[in-house]
Amino acid sequence: MTLLATKNISIGFPSRHGMFVAVKDVSFSVEPGEILGIVGESGAGKSTVGNAIISLLQPPGKVISGEVWFNSKRIDNLSVEQKRRLRGKKIGMIFQDPQTSLDPLKTIKQQLVETIDLHLRLGRKGSEKRAIELLEQVGIPDPQLRMHHYPHQFSGGMRQRVVIALALCGEPELIIADEPTTALDVSVQKQILDLMRKLCIEKNVGMILVTHDMGVIAEVTDRVAVMYNSKLMEIGDTKQILGNPQHPYTQSLISAIPRPDKRIERFPLVTYIEDVIEPQDEFDLSSHWLGQSRDFSMQVEEDGTILQVKDLCMRFQISNSIFKSKRRYLDAVKMVNFSIKEGETFGIVGESGSGKSTIARMVTGLYQPYSGAVHFLGKEISAINHTPQVLAYRRQMQMVFQDPFSSLNARMRVMDIVAEPILFHKLAASKEEAQHIVLDLLKLVGMADDAYAKYPHQFSGGQRQRISIARALATRPRFLICDEPTSALDVSVQAQILNLLKDLQQELNLTMMFISHDLPVIRQMCDRVAVMQHGQILELAETEQLFSEPQHNYSKHLLSLMPKLDMITERPITVTAQAVQG
Amino acid sequence: MANTNSNSKLRQFFAGDLWYSFVHSPVALISFMITALCLLLAFSAQVIAPFDIFDLAAIDLMDADLPPPWTSDEGDSRFILGTDDQGRDIWSGILYGAQISIFVGFSSVIISAIIGIALGLLAGYKGGRIDSFIMRVADIQLSFPAILIALLIDGVMRGLLPRELHDELAIYVLIFAISISGWVQYARTIRGSVMVEKHKEYVQAGQVIGLPQHIIALRHILPNVLSPIFVIGTIHLASAIITEATLSFLGVGMSPTTPSLGTLIRIGNEYLLSGEWWITLFPGAALVILVLSVNIFGDWLRDALNPKLQ
Repeated sequence: MTLLATKNISIGFPSRHGMFVAVKDVSFSVEPGEILGIVGESGAGKSTVGNAIISLLQPPGKVISGEVWFNSKRIDNLSVEQKRRLRGKKIGMIFQDPQTSLDPLKTIKQQLVETIDLHLRLGRKGSEKRAIELLEQVGIPDPQLRMHHYPHQFSGGMRQRVVIALALCGEPELIIADEPTTALDVSVQKQILDLMRKLCIEKNVGMILVTHDMGVIAEVTDRVAVMYNSKLMEIGDTKQILGNPQHPYTQSLISAIPRPDKRIERFPLVTYIEDVIEPQDEFDLSSHWLGQSRDFSMQVEEDGTILQVKDLCMRFQISNSIFKSKRRYLDAVKMVNFSIKEGETFGIVGESGSGKSTIARMVTGLYQPYSGAVHFLGKEISAINHTPQVLAYRRQMQMVFQDPFSSLNARMRVMDIVAEPILFHKLAASKEEAQHIVLDLLKLVGMADDAYAKYPHQFSGGQRQRISIARALATRPRFLICDEPTSALDVSVQAQILNLLKDLQQELNLTMMFISHDLPVIRQMCDRVAVMQHGQILELAETEQLFSEPQHNYSKHLLSLMPKLDMITERPITVTAQAVQG
Repeated sequence: MANTNSNSKLRQFFAGDLWYSFVHSPVALISFMITALCLLLAFSAQVIAPFDIFDLAAIDLMDADLPPPWTSDEGDSRFILGTDDQGRDIWSGILYGAQISIFVGFSSVIISAIIGIALGLLAGYKGGRIDSFIMRVADIQLSFPAILIALLIDGVMRGLLPRELHDELAIYVLIFAISISGWVQYARTIRGSVMVEKHKEYVQAGQVIGLPQHIIALRHILPNVLSPIFVIGTIHLASAIITEATLSFLGVGMSPTTPSLGTLIRIGNEYLLSGEWWITLFPGAALVILVLSVNIFGDWLRDALNPKLQ
C-alpha cells in the first residue's frame, strides 16, 4: 500500500511581479520502509516539496494545484487544525541545522516528554520511559543521565540524533528529512545516515530525504527523484538513476560530480545550466595583453621554484591580559614547509580549522606571519618594507575567494571592479585601454558581452566567481591562490569553474595553489597535495600517489570517508540543451 | 555615458522594492506629502507671507494682540491667525520661523552625519586604540543629555562673544551646538557596519590587489555602510528641530527679532494665561505637524529598509 503520494502538485509564491511557481506538476510516491531521495541543485524546489507535504510552506507560498494523498486519504485540503494533528503524529520532520532545531532553553528530556505526551498520551512516567527508549534507539549513550542535559551540551552529531528521536516521538509513519547531514562533518554524516537507514527498516517508516549531495543519495536511498528548475526530471531506483541515467539533465549532473577514483582531463560542458560562452580556442599568450610586458626582472629560482615557505608559524591571541604569562594563543599554523614549482598546481587539503586558509592569507600578505618566511620569486617578501617593491611583488600573486556573494563589492559595476587593479597598478596607458582589457578578460572567463555594465547582484554564484577570476587576472599575475573557490557553488557550476581554472592555467602558464576540503576536487585539479590537520602538514605527496597509497593514518582516514560513487557509470556523456528545454 | 548611467539608476530605483512599498503605503505617502508641503511653504515664505516680519518699519504697535478674525470681532482680516504683542502677523511669523527651524534642523543633521560617519569609519576600520578612544568619547557624550550639551555650548559662546555679535551668530551657534550633540548615533551605527564589512572578502580582495587603506575605506567600505544613515538622518531631523525649538523656548536660541518656531512659542507663552492663546497655539501646532510627519516618514523608511520586517 502506498504511504504517501503527490499527484501533479504545483506550488506558487505570489508576489508583485506575479506568481512565482516554485514547483510544477510533481508526482511521486513513497512506500512504507522505503527511503526516497529528492535531489537537485539550489533553487530546484526540492525543499519546497517537502515543506508542502506537511503544510509548512513559508507564507505567502501555497499549493496551486494537485493533491497529496497519505494512507489513501487526501491531506492537502484538510483544515489547519487537522493538519496540525497530522504533523508530528503521523509525519515527522528532521531539519538541516541541529543547532537551531532544538529549543536551547529546555533540556532534551523536557522537549521529548512534551512531544510524546502530546501525541501518545502516555502520562509523565510513561513518556519518560518512552523518551529513554527513543534515545537508546538513536544511539545516545547513557540516556538516563544525558536526557537532563541542554542541547548545547551535545556535539553536532549527537544533537542531530536527538532531533531524530524527537521526530520519532509520535511514532510517525513518514519522516521528511531536509538536508539532515549538510551541517555535519563527513565522519558524523556517515553515522547519521546509517542510523536513519536502520530506523526505516526496523520501524517500517517511509522517508523522504531532501538533499543536494549525490554521495548521500548513493549511500542510503532506495529510489531517487531528480528535480531541476521546479520540475521533476526523472524518478526511479537509485542504482538505475545513478548507473544509467535517462534524462539529459541527470546525465549531465552526474557527469559533473568530481570523481574520487580517477582523474579526468575536463568535465563535460553542460550548456543549459548557465549562460556560458566557451573560452575561445586559439589563444596566443605572447600576443595577448596578459602575456605582455611580464616583469622578467623577477625570475624563478634555478630549480623552477616560484614560492617557498620556510618554518611558517601563525598564532592568534585568544584572550588578552596585561600579564604576558596569562595571555593565551591559538597556534593556527605550526612550522609549515613546502615549495611550489612554476606551472604546477599545489593542493592543500584539510578539515575546517586545519589552518589551510591561514597559510594562503600569510602568503598573500593579508596576515603577517608570527615567524618563518615566505620566499616568492627568489625574494623573501614577508621582509620587504619598501612599498613600491611590495606592490610589484604583490601584483604577481592574486587570490580567488570562497564566497562569490561577498567577494565582489555590491556597489560597483563589473567594469569598475575588474578595471580597478589595472588602473591602480597602471597596467594600461589610458582609461579606454583599461576598458578594452576588461572586456577582453570578461570574454576570457566566459562572460556575456553586456556583463560589464551590470552590478554583481545581477549574476548567479558561478558567474560571480568568473568575475572574481577576471579581477584576479587583471594584475597579470603568475601565481594564483584559490581558496575553496567552488565550495559555495552547485556541483554542475563547480565543474564549469574547475574547467575554466584548468584552461586558464594551461593558456597562461599560471602556477596555482588550490585549497579545498573536498578530496575528489583536489584529485581533479592538483599535481601535488599537502594534507593538513591542526596547523601541520602531515603528508605531502604527488596526487596520484596520495590517492593510491596514502602513508599517514589521517590521510587514510580522510580517504575512507569519501562518498562511494561506484554505481556511477564511466561512459562519456554528451548533453544537448534542447532536450531539457523541450 | 554619465547620463544613461544616472537614468538607469533612476529606473532601478523606481522598479525597486523601496519605491513599491512607498507607493503602496498610505502612511508613507501622507507623511511625505505633509513634510513636503511644510518645506515648500517654509522656503517660499519670502514670496507667500503677507508681511515681512524682519522689517521693523512695517510693524505697527497699534495692531498688537489682535485675535484671529474668525474667532472674534476685534480681529483684523489682514491677520488671519492674529498678531503677537509687537503687532507682527502670526501666520507670517510661522512661515519665517519654520524656515529657520528647518534650516537649523537640516544643517545640524548634515554636520552631525559628516562628523559621525568620519569618526565611525575611522574607529571601525582602524580598531585598536583609536577605536577605543573615539568610542569612549562617544560614551561620555551620551551620558549628558543632548539639550545640556547644547545649553553648555551656547552658554560658553554667549560669554565669549559680545551681545550684538551673538544675536547675529545665534543661528550658527545653535547649529554647532545641536550637531555636536548628535554625531554619536551616526558614529556608532557606521562603526558597527564597518566592522562587519571589513571582514568581507571584497575588502581582502582589495588588499591582495595592493590598494592603500584609505582607498579601501573610502571607495569600497563607505558606500556599503551608508544606507542606515538615511533612516537615522530622517529621525534625527525631527529631533534636531525639537531641540532647536526647546533651546529657543528656553531663551538661549534664536532672538525675538529673528524668531524660530520655538521663539514664537516662548513669546506667546507669556500671554497664554491672559487669554491670548493664539500667539502660542498656532506656532505650536505647526511644530507638531512638521515633527510628527517627519517622524512617521522616518519610521516607515526604517521599516522599509529593514529586510527582517519584510
